[in-house]
Amino acid sequence: MNRITQKLQEDKKLLSIYFTAGYPALEDTVPVIKSLQAAGVDMIEIGMPFSDPLADGPTIQESGTQALKNGMTVHKLFEQLEGIRQEVDIPLIAMGYLNPVMQYGVETFCQKCQEIGIDGLILPDLPVDVYEKEYKALFEHYGLLNIFLITPQTPEERIRYIDSLSEGFIYMVSSASTTGARQGFGEEQEAYFTRIAEMDLKNPQIVGFGISNAETFQQATQHTKGAIIGSAFIKHLTEEGTNTIKKFVGQIR
Amino acid sequence: MKTFNADERGYYGDFGGAYIPEMLWPNVEELRQNYLDITGEASFQEEFNQLLKDYVGRPSPLYFAERLSKKHNTKIYLKREDLNHTGAHKVNNTIGQILLAKRLGKDRIIAETGAGQHGVATATVCALMGIPCIVYMGEIDIARQAPNVARMKMLGAEVRPALSGSRTLKDATNEAIRDWINNPVDTHYIIGSAIGPHPYPDMVTRFQSVISEEIKWQLKKKEGRESPDYVVACIGGGSNAAGTYYHFLDNEDVGIIAVEAAGKGIHSGESAATSALGKEGIIHGCKTLLMQTTDGQITEPYSISAGLDYPGVGPLHAHLYRSGRGEFYSATDDEAMVAGLELSQLEGIIPAIETSHALAIFEHKTFKPEDVVVISLSGRGDKDLQTYIDYFKL
Repeated sequence: MNRITQKLQEDKKLLSIYFTAGYPALEDTVPVIKSLQAAGVDMIEIGMPFSDPLADGPTIQESGTQALKNGMTVHKLFEQLEGIRQEVDIPLIAMGYLNPVMQYGVETFCQKCQEIGIDGLILPDLPVDVYEKEYKALFEHYGLLNIFLITPQTPEERIRYIDSLSEGFIYMVSSASTTGARQGFGEEQEAYFTRIAEMDLKNPQIVGFGISNAETFQQATQHTKGAIIGSAFIKHLTEEGTNTIKKFVGQIR
Repeated sequence: MKTFNADERGYYGDFGGAYIPEMLWPNVEELRQNYLDITGEASFQEEFNQLLKDYVGRPSPLYFAERLSKKHNTKIYLKREDLNHTGAHKVNNTIGQILLAKRLGKDRIIAETGAGQHGVATATVCALMGIPCIVYMGEIDIARQAPNVARMKMLGAEVRPALSGSRTLKDATNEAIRDWINNPVDTHYIIGSAIGPHPYPDMVTRFQSVISEEIKWQLKKKEGRESPDYVVACIGGGSNAAGTYYHFLDNEDVGIIAVEAAGKGIHSGESAATSALGKEGIIHGCKTLLMQTTDGQITEPYSISAGLDYPGVGPLHAHLYRSGRGEFYSATDDEAMVAGLELSQLEGIIPAIETSHALAIFEHKTFKPEDVVVISLSGRGDKDLQTYIDYFKL
């Protein structure tokens, strides 16, 4: 069974952490993953940096720019991740924009992910209809779950369509925004979380965007299966480096 | 019938589509569902045409360039988009989009700009309609295009510097897209070229298609036939080219010629010749040819002309290139500057440096004496005076 599917069956709220590969330093990728596992996170999203990350706010953009300056590439990332499964057993998801994946070659990319033990992909600019027509069979062949995003603006009918194509979980973007743009949740989010919960979807939901501490983690997971922290963790890496990851995770739950 | 236009999903052959994050989907979907209906309404057409006539000054003349024709031993007509209000073809599109935005009930406009021409054209129509306007512009471009920044401010627009990435046009476009993600309900994003997710390339092309529509009847009057042998245009993202080609796309008796910016030479490492240097990929929500590293990172193009240094090309043009329907050439900085000076001194018209690239076609292709060649004179050169002065030590 796919590690993501397995993890989702555990009776707990899941904490997933996003970080940018090759940040703060090129060789930090694997140490960060190991520290995150040691600190008890449930799942990791490994960000593949891109020159033009149009869904990301300044924090993740800057980490990507730095990672690219450090020399990070898709090839380099796969090199770094070789053998990771000897030491890390929590689900690993590769997250990034479609263009670098296309240039690597979509099938070769999927094959390599399977070899390494990547469990899923989040490619925000891969449209649902293109996925269904061109990529679904390929991803499934290599055992990769494709994770789709929904937002408060996504119409119900489309959410159902996305749910029907999803396996694993649905990435629930908490507000209409780029990453790191908002902190904290208001009534609007509360209503949105409730509305989605009442839809009784086939896939569990994990909330991303706007989660930075214990309070927002709790709010986000009240009606959902878990939450993803990205910008707040990158900020922590920028300010405190890689030695205090345990402290950061400990503050969340 | 074979067609070179977009299909209903916004594909031109292999290119186009809408490769956008889900956060943008509602905005783009709203446009996609409405743009054909709204722009097809009689009241829209009436208002659009009225403004093009009384405010922009259309139809723009189709001018027989006698001395230039003699020099290059062929019949050259210039489509005078440089005579439009604000000095270029850009305003055709911004008029169309602002009318569309109003009908969609939007009360806030955002735009991206490189050299500032599209920013000025957007700020202009926003002033005309009394709608707040925010223009994203790379920090580096703000510094090198000061007169256009001042124009936008005078027109009441807010110019926001794009501080990310290479701080030029592609980053200004990223910032505008991010703004739209954060303001999905009240805001319309006026993209300035035939790029971006579907329906933008098709929508912008349709608004610019007034150029070729006029060429047809104007040429009929002058030459007794609607179709020239060739239409020639410069290409950055490709909006003036798309408009110039539009009504001739499916008439294969008309040769379609595109001139890109080769900068200091195609293989100099400082170029914007996307068809020659680009590979298939995704930029700003669209599958097209773009300049990038082997790792898929988008690279910064170079051209002496700030309006041509976009790392991609509109999906229509990528399709014209790959299918062989279009002939693609590229002109270096030097060739363009010389061609710009030549037009100034033979015809008394100082062209924008973007346009000068189209005029440099005669360095690359010889036409027959009886050929009728229509060149899109996409913009006037006032904004480029300093560059001409520096280059020719005037």
